[in-house]
Amino acid sequence: MKVEPFVTADGRTIGDVMMEMRNITLRFGGVVAIKDISFDIREGEIRAIIGPNGAGKSSMLNVISGFYHPQEGEVWYHGARRPSMRPYQVARQGIARTFQNIALFDGMSVLDNIMTGRLNHMSSSFLDQAIWWGKAQREEVEHRAKAEEIIDFLEIQAIRKTPVGRLPYGLKKRVELARALVAEPKLLLLDEPMAGMNVEEKEDMSRFILDVNDEFGTTIALIEHDMGVVMDLSDRVVVMDYGKKIGDGTPDEVRGNQEVIDAYLGVSHD
Amino acid sequence: MAQIVAGSAAPKTVPALLARNAAQFGSKPAYREKEFGIWQSWSWSETAAEIEAIAIGLMALGAKKGDHIAVIGRNRPALYWSMVAAMKIGAVPVPLYQDAVAEEMAYVLEHSGARFAICGDQEQVDKVIEVQETVHQIEHILYLDARGLRKYDHTKMHAMADVKAEGRAAHDRFEKELAAREASLKYDDTCVMLYTSGTTGKPKGVVLSNRNVIETAKNSSEFDDLRPSDEILAYLPMAWVGDFIFSIGQAFWTGFCVNCPESADTMMTDLREIGPTYYFAPPRVFETQLTNVMIRMEDSGRFKKWLFDRYMAHAKRVGPDILDGKPVSAGDRLKYWIGDKLIYGPLKNTLGFSRVRVGYTAGEAIGPEIFDFYRSLGINLKQLYGQTEATVFITAQPDGEVRADTVGVPSPGVEIKIHDNGEIFYRSPGTFVEYYKNPESTADTKDPEGWVATGDAGFFEEGTGHLRIIDRAKDVGQMADGSLFAPKYVENKLKFYPDILEAVVFGNGRNRCTAFINIDLTAVGNWAERNNIAYASYQELAGHPRVLDTIQAHVEAVNASVAEDPMLSGCQIHRFLILHKELDADDGEMTRTRKVRRKIIEEKFSELIGALYDGSDEIYTETEVTYEDGRKGKITATLQIRDAAVTVDTAHTRVAAE
Repeated sequence: MKVEPFVTADGRTIGDVMMEMRNITLRFGGVVAIKDISFDIREGEIRAIIGPNGAGKSSMLNVISGFYHPQEGEVWYHGARRPSMRPYQVARQGIARTFQNIALFDGMSVLDNIMTGRLNHMSSSFLDQAIWWGKAQREEVEHRAKAEEIIDFLEIQAIRKTPVGRLPYGLKKRVELARALVAEPKLLLLDEPMAGMNVEEKEDMSRFILDVNDEFGTTIALIEHDMGVVMDLSDRVVVMDYGKKIGDGTPDEVRGNQEVIDAYLGVSHD
Repeated sequence: MAQIVAGSAAPKTVPALLARNAAQFGSKPAYREKEFGIWQSWSWSETAAEIEAIAIGLMALGAKKGDHIAVIGRNRPALYWSMVAAMKIGAVPVPLYQDAVAEEMAYVLEHSGARFAICGDQEQVDKVIEVQETVHQIEHILYLDARGLRKYDHTKMHAMADVKAEGRAAHDRFEKELAAREASLKYDDTCVMLYTSGTTGKPKGVVLSNRNVIETAKNSSEFDDLRPSDEILAYLPMAWVGDFIFSIGQAFWTGFCVNCPESADTMMTDLREIGPTYYFAPPRVFETQLTNVMIRMEDSGRFKKWLFDRYMAHAKRVGPDILDGKPVSAGDRLKYWIGDKLIYGPLKNTLGFSRVRVGYTAGEAIGPEIFDFYRSLGINLKQLYGQTEATVFITAQPDGEVRADTVGVPSPGVEIKIHDNGEIFYRSPGTFVEYYKNPESTADTKDPEGWVATGDAGFFEEGTGHLRIIDRAKDVGQMADGSLFAPKYVENKLKFYPDILEAVVFGNGRNRCTAFINIDLTAVGNWAERNNIAYASYQELAGHPRVLDTIQAHVEAVNASVAEDPMLSGCQIHRFLILHKELDADDGEMTRTRKVRRKIIEEKFSELIGALYDGSDEIYTETEVTYEDGRKGKITATLQIRDAAVTVDTAHTRVAAE
């Protein structure tokens, strides 16, 4: 689908529609998690999904990442309808994610955790890697270079060799972001990247998200509860409540939407 | 390795030294930097090529002879090269403290009249752009790390990579002019301008000539027998004179290799990987490392702890003597050798000190226990005394004559005299040219014969000829009863306790001394953890009664030690409080080199000082704090005030009684 590209206030170009959710409905038995929702994600934008607890945000992210399969509706990706896929197939299409509850390998070092993010880019066979010869060796050097680039980008050089289990929460979140980034995704899904962080950690994380979008041109869809962060970071916001979409637009539009205010933001007193 | 050319044939400028090194040490590493997890290195000839590219790039941008070029960022080879490139084209490099906030930077940028600013990354660029709103002479901003800068207006902004590429492309066009500019540089031309951090008032731009830098580098390199095979880790602020002398002056004179860490956080890992042979650190760094070792030993198993304690006790007894080459019995030597295999060697390796041949500490007094700990491990840690105006070196300890309480003998070429009031004066080949655009201050500090007032009070020890520093001359005062008041002397004794991070002693013109204490969060926090004391913040821990008890015990021990010196026994601390916040450079309470700004603290906390003297047990206070990003906030606290027992000075009372 072709749409007019537009330029945001800070000078970034938002391009064509990259992913489109058409009339998605997701049910778990009798519970309707997502009810007939449609929205799109455009190339190069930061798209936020907000809503109160249980609104279906994480379910939506799981639909995008192929973990859940909606009973109704279609997912369109790069102008083509996406058939029902396994999460690893989705990942190969250039979609990477982080998790609300950190899902790292605690006993492995930061570097090893990040290297796992390169899995989809590895083509040498299991045997090649076991005997460590030729292609496997060349590949590892290449992947390590990419991992180091991300380590430098996220400023986690000092913990490169530290086992993840020993890191504080804020850094684990950053390592998770690193693992997602090293896969060189076109679309990055962040599930509450700032949950449980203090103000300083939030500021750091916001800066990293903006830098990722700016430096690598990665399209980002994120779920976040901190309204200040959402309004500052995102170009467009989808608001969900009880599985329904109640708002969609720029942060300013959403902020002014009466339904959204009632459901979520609370009454403004000024 | 080739011998260094001495005498009149020796190069007279830093760029000339570079040319010599490129010819003599061509393929030997000159700079290393860890990037993307790997140590990248540049040989002297590659370094010369890089510097030439930057120099021509700067000329292509219109840098003129005599321009000032500001350099701001963490220690990176490209920033060191930029400084030398600036010298090459006849400009003057002005390194700035990278952690300074924009308003501090504004003064220096305006005062130096810099037309160019070379920045490490976006953070520094942002500050310079903020400064540009008021200081209009900054024309071009160069940066190393492009991250986050893509969207900035690039009409007057350039990536270092582009400047270098342009420099290489324009080589033929500028080659002749560059050669001419370099040839016109003279021994007495300005080499660098360094701003003093200024414990009082505005920073002053200290102008150092090529003569200052080269003579000092030569003398000090010979004093410690520095060699081209030496390695240093450059991690201290580039704006500090010491880093300039170590990482450019001595490095260029001797031809040794300068290693830059990957980031500020990885310093300890990088130190271990490089294993420098020549190492400098302020006492605070040694203190922190020792505290960390001790904390980890506390957490270790019983057998390990026993082994550590046993061999450390032996090292303490004979280690320093072995290092100084004094006679030690064969049995003790054998035991030390075993200890070295079991404890000292692995410990030194963990700390990154396995290869240290010459280690220095300076800037503040170092605690005797800390100093002896490192020396007993066999690390040749020494002290020196210096300042920016002297191009660092005034005195230094020769090998074999090292002690915790002196700062050594005059460095080669330095003359020292001590005034009647105890103030130390020196004259040396490193004596600075002038304070930039500030002839009054220059005249105040340096007399026509070239003697410079250090502002420090001290004396030469009889017999050894070693200099001992008591305090800042202006801080040395009198108590109400006329006895000597030397706050730093007492503060240093307090700070030697790992629990105490900072101390500020008051009492000038009063009848009794009192003190503010800052606890060390690492040491006290660990103690709290082991004793099941819960705390949520620095403030809460600082106000804990048991912490107060511990600090009180320290204060009383210091009082007993101070009382032993009849001259200074009046400086015992009668009352003290633990501050609710750490003294911080961002709040103006300390300088960027972490020296206490006494006046500012006295004004800011005047009500607390009042409470120390009016006998009250506690005081409520509100304090404004500045966060790292420049925003301000307020913290409130009720502080407990404690009385400390003082030791009656027997000698003093006896005299009084007679």
